[in-house]
Amino acid sequence: MKYQSQKVALYYFAGALALFVAQVLFGTILGTIVVMPNFLSDLLPFNIGRMIHTNALIVWLLMGFFGCAYYLIPEEAETELHSPKLAILQFWLFLFGAAAAVVGYLFKIHEGREFLEQPLWIKLAIVVVALMFLYNVTMTVLKGRKTAITNVLLLGLWGIAVFFLFSLYNPDNLVLDKMFWWWVVHLWVEGVWELVMASVLAFLMIKLTGVDREVVEKWLYVIISMTLFTGILGTGHHYYWIGTPGYWQWIGSVFSTLEVLPFFAMVVFTFYMVWKGGRQHPNKAALLWCLGCAVFAFFGAGVWGFLHTLAPINYYTHGTQVTAAHGHLAFYGAYVMLNIAMFTYAMPLLLKREPYNQTLNMWGFWVTSSAVSFMTFALTFAGVVQTHLQRVLGMNFMEVQDQLGLFYWMRLGAGVVTLIGVLIIVWSLVVPGKATAAARTGYQPAE
Amino acid sequence: MSETLTKAAARNIFYGGTAFFFVVFVALTAHSVTKANAIAAANPVTPSVAAGKHVWEKHACIDCHTLMGEGAYFAPELGNVWVRYGGREDAAGARDALKAWIQGQPSGIEGRRQMPQFNLSDQEIDNLADFLKWTSEVDTQNWPPKVSG
Repeated sequence: MKYQSQKVALYYFAGALALFVAQVLFGTILGTIVVMPNFLSDLLPFNIGRMIHTNALIVWLLMGFFGCAYYLIPEEAETELHSPKLAILQFWLFLFGAAAAVVGYLFKIHEGREFLEQPLWIKLAIVVVALMFLYNVTMTVLKGRKTAITNVLLLGLWGIAVFFLFSLYNPDNLVLDKMFWWWVVHLWVEGVWELVMASVLAFLMIKLTGVDREVVEKWLYVIISMTLFTGILGTGHHYYWIGTPGYWQWIGSVFSTLEVLPFFAMVVFTFYMVWKGGRQHPNKAALLWCLGCAVFAFFGAGVWGFLHTLAPINYYTHGTQVTAAHGHLAFYGAYVMLNIAMFTYAMPLLLKREPYNQTLNMWGFWVTSSAVSFMTFALTFAGVVQTHLQRVLGMNFMEVQDQLGLFYWMRLGAGVVTLIGVLIIVWSLVVPGKATAAARTGYQPAE
Repeated sequence: MSETLTKAAARNIFYGGTAFFFVVFVALTAHSVTKANAIAAANPVTPSVAAGKHVWEKHACIDCHTLMGEGAYFAPELGNVWVRYGGREDAAGARDALKAWIQGQPSGIEGRRQMPQFNLSDQEIDNLADFLKWTSEVDTQNWPPKVSG
C-alpha cells in the first residue's frame, strides 16, 4: 500500500465478506428446503430465500469490485483517490440499499424479475451509488498515470453501470422483457465483469510475480479482446427458446463455444507469468487464489458452460439442474475467487499485518473449492438424470424431482462444507495471525 | 507472446473488434425486436395479459418456477402449463383447473414442496391465466421437447 486513500477499500472488503457469509448461509437454507420441503415453508418461502441468496451474491461481488478498484486505482494512477470521503459515503449508501432490499424481500416487497428483484427506488439508488463511484475513480485516473489496467478496469466498471440501466426497462411483451433482461445479466457476467476480472488479475500478476508491465498489459488486451469478441454475440445462447429468431441457435452456439477461449487464455497467462516471474512473493495465499481463480473460472464458466451451450444439447438441458451446476461453479471460479484473491493480497497490507494468516487462508481455499466442486458434480449428475427423465422420457417434473433426492442431499452436504470453508476464509482475513519465526524470516518487503 | 504484436496494436484490435461485434449484436437485436413486435401484433398483449404478467412478477413466481426455461428450477416450467392443462382443447377447463390449483395451495403434504397461498382474487387469476396462455403461444422453436416442461 502506497497511498493513504487506498484504505477506503477496507470498508468494501468488510461489507463484502459479511454479505458473502449471508449469501452462503441462505444457500444452505435453500439446499435444506430442497431436501426437507416443509422446513421453514411458512416463514421463508423458497422464492424469497432464493432472491436473498442471489442478490447477496451479486451485491457482495460488486462491493468487492468497488473495493478492488479503490485499492488498485490510486496505486496504478500513482495519486491519492479523488475523494475518500465520497467513497465512504458511497459505501454506507450501498450497504443501506442492500440491507433495505433484504428486509423488503422478507416482507415480500420486490419487483419479481429474476436477479433484478430490487424495488425501483433501490435500483435508482444503485445508479446513484454507481455514479458516485465512477465519478470518484474516473477523476482519480484523469489526474494520475493512465495504464492499460486502469483503462480496462474503468471500461468494465462503466459498462456495469451502463448495462444496469436496462434493468429499468420492463415491457409488457414477455419476449422483449427477456431479450433485454439478458442485456443486464449476460452482458454483465459474460461481458464487462470479465473486464474487471482480467484487469484485477493483471494487477495481481504484476505485484505477485514481478513480470514486466508491458508483457502483462499486452496479455490483458489479448484476453479481453477474446472475451468481448466472443461474449457479445455469445448472448445468442440465451436467445434460443424465448421467442427470438432461429438464427440465434447458430450465432449463440458458435460464439458461446468460443467464450471458452479467454478463460483458457487466463489459465495460460497466470501460470506463464508465475513461471516467467520466478519471484518468491511472501503472500503465497494470494497467488494460490489467483491461480485457482483462473483454473476454476476455466472449468466453471468455460467447460461447464460449453457442456450445455450448443443449441441441440441446450434444447434438452435448458432450465435443468445442469444450468444450476454451471452457475455455481462459474460464479465461484470467476468472481468469488477473484475477489478473495484481491482481499487476500490487499488486506494484510492495509491492516499492516506482516505474517499473513496464510496457512488458514489456504485451508479455506481448499475446503471451499473442494466443496463447491463436489456441489457442482452432484448438481451435474442431477441435471443429466433430470434431462433424460423429463426431456427425453417426458416424465412429470415433480416425479423427476423425487428421483433426484440423493443428489440434493449430496449438494446440501457440500453446501454445509462450503459454509465452513467460507467462515475459515473470513476468519483468516479478519483475525490477525500469530507471528511465527518462519513467517518473520520469510518476509521480504514487497508490494 | 510474440514480439510482432505490440501493446498498442493489441489495444487497437480490442477497441476496433469490440465496436464491430457490438454493432453486429445491436443490429441482430434490432431485427429480433421486430420479430418480438410481430408476435405481439399477431397475438396482442391485451391489458389482461399485461396485468397477468404483473401478477406473475408481484409474487416472484420466477424464483421457484421457470418460464421458457428461465427461473429457479425448484418448481415446474410454466411457459407451456396452458398446453399441459389442456387449454388448447378446453380453455374453460384449463382456466378452472389452474384456479383450483392456485387456491388449493399450500398442500401441507409432508415431504412435498410447498407453494405459498398468494390470496389472488378471481380477477388476478384470470389475468394470470391470460398471461400464461399468451406465453404458451409464443414461437419458442418447439421448446420444451416434451409437454412435461
